[in-house]
Amino acid sequence: MSRQAILLGLLLAAFALAPLVAGPYLLSVLVVVMYFAYVGQAWNIMMGFAGQLSLGHTLYVGLGAYTAAALFVHLGVPAALGLFAAAAAAVAVGGVIGALGFRFGVKGVYFALLTIAFAEFTRILFEHIPGLGGPAGLFLPVGDRGGIDLIHLRGHPLMFYYLILAMTVGIFLLCRRLVRSRLGYTWLAVREDQEAAAALGINVFRAKLTAVMLSAGLTALGGVFFAFYYNNLFPNQAFSMNRSIEIILAPIVGGLGTLFGPILGALILTPLGELITMATEAMGFKAAGIKQLCYGLSLLAIVKFLPDGVWPWLRTRLGLEPDAGGEGES
Amino acid sequence: MTIDLANQIVTGLLTGLVYSLMALGLSVIFGVVRVVNFAHGEMTALAMYAAWMLFTWLELDPLVGLPLIALLLFALGYVMQRGLIDAFVAKPEHMQFILLVAVAIIMVNFSLLVFGPDAHGIQVPYGFDTYEVGPLLVDKVRLLAASAALAISGLLMLFFRRTMTGKAIRACADNLVGARVIGLNVKQLYAVTFGIGSACVGAAGALLSLLIDVMPSSGPELTMLAFIIVIVGGLGSMGGALLGGMLIGVSEVLAGYFLMPSMKGMFSFAILILILVLRPQGLMGARK
Amino acid sequence: MSAAPLLLVEGLVKNFRGLRAVDGVTFSVNAGEVVALIGPNGAGKTTVFNMIAGVFQPDGGRVELEGASLVGLRPDQVCRAGVGRTFQLVKPFGNISVEENVLIGALRWTHDVAQARRRAREVLDLLGLADKRRQMARSLTLPDRKCLEVARALATGPKLLLLDEVMAGLRPAETDRMVETFRKLNRESGLTIVLIEHVMRAVMALSQRVVVINSGKPVCEGVPEEVVRDPRVLDCYLGQEKL
Ligand SMILES: Nc1ncnc2c1ncn2[C@@H]1O[C@H](COP(=O)(O)OP(=O)(O)OP(=O)(O)O)[C@@H](O)[C@H]1O
Ligand SMILES: [Mg+2]
Repeated sequence: MSRQAILLGLLLAAFALAPLVAGPYLLSVLVVVMYFAYVGQAWNIMMGFAGQLSLGHTLYVGLGAYTAAALFVHLGVPAALGLFAAAAAAVAVGGVIGALGFRFGVKGVYFALLTIAFAEFTRILFEHIPGLGGPAGLFLPVGDRGGIDLIHLRGHPLMFYYLILAMTVGIFLLCRRLVRSRLGYTWLAVREDQEAAAALGINVFRAKLTAVMLSAGLTALGGVFFAFYYNNLFPNQAFSMNRSIEIILAPIVGGLGTLFGPILGALILTPLGELITMATEAMGFKAAGIKQLCYGLSLLAIVKFLPDGVWPWLRTRLGLEPDAGGEGES
Repeated sequence: MTIDLANQIVTGLLTGLVYSLMALGLSVIFGVVRVVNFAHGEMTALAMYAAWMLFTWLELDPLVGLPLIALLLFALGYVMQRGLIDAFVAKPEHMQFILLVAVAIIMVNFSLLVFGPDAHGIQVPYGFDTYEVGPLLVDKVRLLAASAALAISGLLMLFFRRTMTGKAIRACADNLVGARVIGLNVKQLYAVTFGIGSACVGAAGALLSLLIDVMPSSGPELTMLAFIIVIVGGLGSMGGALLGGMLIGVSEVLAGYFLMPSMKGMFSFAILILILVLRPQGLMGARK
Repeated sequence: MSAAPLLLVEGLVKNFRGLRAVDGVTFSVNAGEVVALIGPNGAGKTTVFNMIAGVFQPDGGRVELEGASLVGLRPDQVCRAGVGRTFQLVKPFGNISVEENVLIGALRWTHDVAQARRRAREVLDLLGLADKRRQMARSLTLPDRKCLEVARALATGPKLLLLDEVMAGLRPAETDRMVETFRKLNRESGLTIVLIEHVMRAVMALSQRVVVINSGKPVCEGVPEEVVRDPRVLDCYLGQEKL
């Protein structure tokens, strides 16, 4: 535990001090790393803890992003208020999907496909809503990039850097609390065996629904960040299957159901993507697709050779204690 | 107006039959190997590129090149199962998903690298021929493609009913432990099944290349389409795949006709959601 | 005699498609009793448990706990009403530790994880699993998994404990130890137990009353010594090596 705390402290210090040495490019990469660590952690609540596979998780990113952005663009609602509406929208939709799926016994692959279906449905739906810009996109007016306005989320890139850092730390601490809480144990039980969980007095339906709704709401906050950081939203990006895949890669590559997994996964994958871009450009390949091709190959190698994720493998090498329930020693 | 609509519906039905053949491949693979092939559409796109190459370089009609393409895809599927997927058969679903997504990413970007981002289409000499059936106008290519798809589906059904290998594969699907006990080589049969499912994809890709253009992004779209069709029809049910394909084919043209062509996908996903919730075994699937 | 028995099962019926798996099973269990439910393989014993526990809805008959009907309740509601159960085919939470498995059971009655953990350790001590508490449940041997099933159910603090063949596969010494544990629980905390068991050694040692069913139908009921000599019971076990 203490060694883990040290590791965590070092990581945090590195991120907090990075702006002192890093240029704008590196900072923008670190923002992406933390963003994926954040949404990965949010997704992990549903899959890693409660065992419910969502393959359409970008739905909640998109809903959160669009809700807060539309409120800001059309009504001037500041992000600090809009995020409540964003989370509420995602929680409601997550609740509907969960309730439909779990009530009607849609399980395993079928539930995963249900989540994809909802995300794709919403993508096409949003392309046909003129008020949200349709396929041409929704743009947020770029304000003063020098100041710091946390209420409206307008300002200096460093503000966004520290905001996403705070969010990532926040969700890490939240998840840490959760896995050691009654609710967390309830989820683990449901993940491991629903029948046995029910026999121990756990309301399985409610447990799964809580996980989906909490995960959806937290993911939507990531979406709010995304909208105000990039200032533009397109349905075929915000709701695309590719985004959903990106979201779940970090926690799976890092180690499903672990607290460090999403962070480590994001730390590996985002820089990997950037490195591949740089390497291919340095070698003179300009062709489209080469980067993604290498990315796909790396991914293949990771799932093939470290199927449990990098963190459980690394953890044993560092001699660290398991960090969450569900990581007992074998 | 009504004639136009009727023409559209016939078009939808015929296109749907070709979709069915592709979806059939997915259904066969899932029914036996129990792995959802998330790279299914990407494989279809590769088959379409193969058809395009044969046509452009050797002036080979896709209908003639079809057996060759099917054979190539059979080999691809066989090797994929043997070398890659087999190790994941007993792993949790999300691992299989990531594995096949990685494969899909590789395939999409491989095509992007080799063929570029533009759409490639095939224009056969009889491309604009039509038959007049009463008041209806039926495209010759579409009719040919649909008939071929139907014939191949029929052959596949015969294969599973009549041949020893087909029966052995069905045994694996029905009772894996039993199949092992009577000494079937499950690994081998899984690879053959993945090969057969991929051969369906190859054939369907060859036929589709007559009807639609192919570009790298076709892959993910076709994957979705295949999912919708098999879930609507019933995963593992061959008749279901045919029905699902025709249904989605028709619903697409109807959505395009009455609403906007860009909304057709929304329509299909809405049908998928309804089926998943109300009848997860699909229209023709057996109740558990 | 108090008004209602702790558990009342009356005229219970369950059909599986064509098969009538349970057909008119009736028995009652008073608070503080240990009752064995026996019968040959496929007699319908587990199905009776599943109907009491809310896994299956009965097609007929009544199930009451302290006079209140359990029919129509979900398994988790039955558990919260005070019925703990084990599964014949054990269902450990494989990827979490043994202690956490039991802790989850204790969370039925407390929201305090630390308290639940303390209770889990007590229960594991009682069942002799204390030294394995940090292992992952999936690494346990089958007898230990059976033990874990019991520990988990016990941790929920039930009034009534339903044990489905928890001693199958145990060595005689282990069986004796487990019998002793249940005796102690029954004596000291008045825990009421219904056990399904093929191991007659355990049935004889533990139960005050035995209910016999065969092909889903009740055969007879009585004290263990009489039941084992009952010709009807011998009849239904004929051709089986169990008795
Ligand atoms: N879910 C089910 N669906 C269909 N049939 C079932 C189901 N559960 C049990 N059965 C059938 O009901 C009958 C009674 O089964 P049950 O498991 O209750 O027997 P049992 O007395 O517990 O036997 P054993 O001693 O082998 O555990 C058997 O014929 C069994 O095949
Ligand atoms: Mg039984």
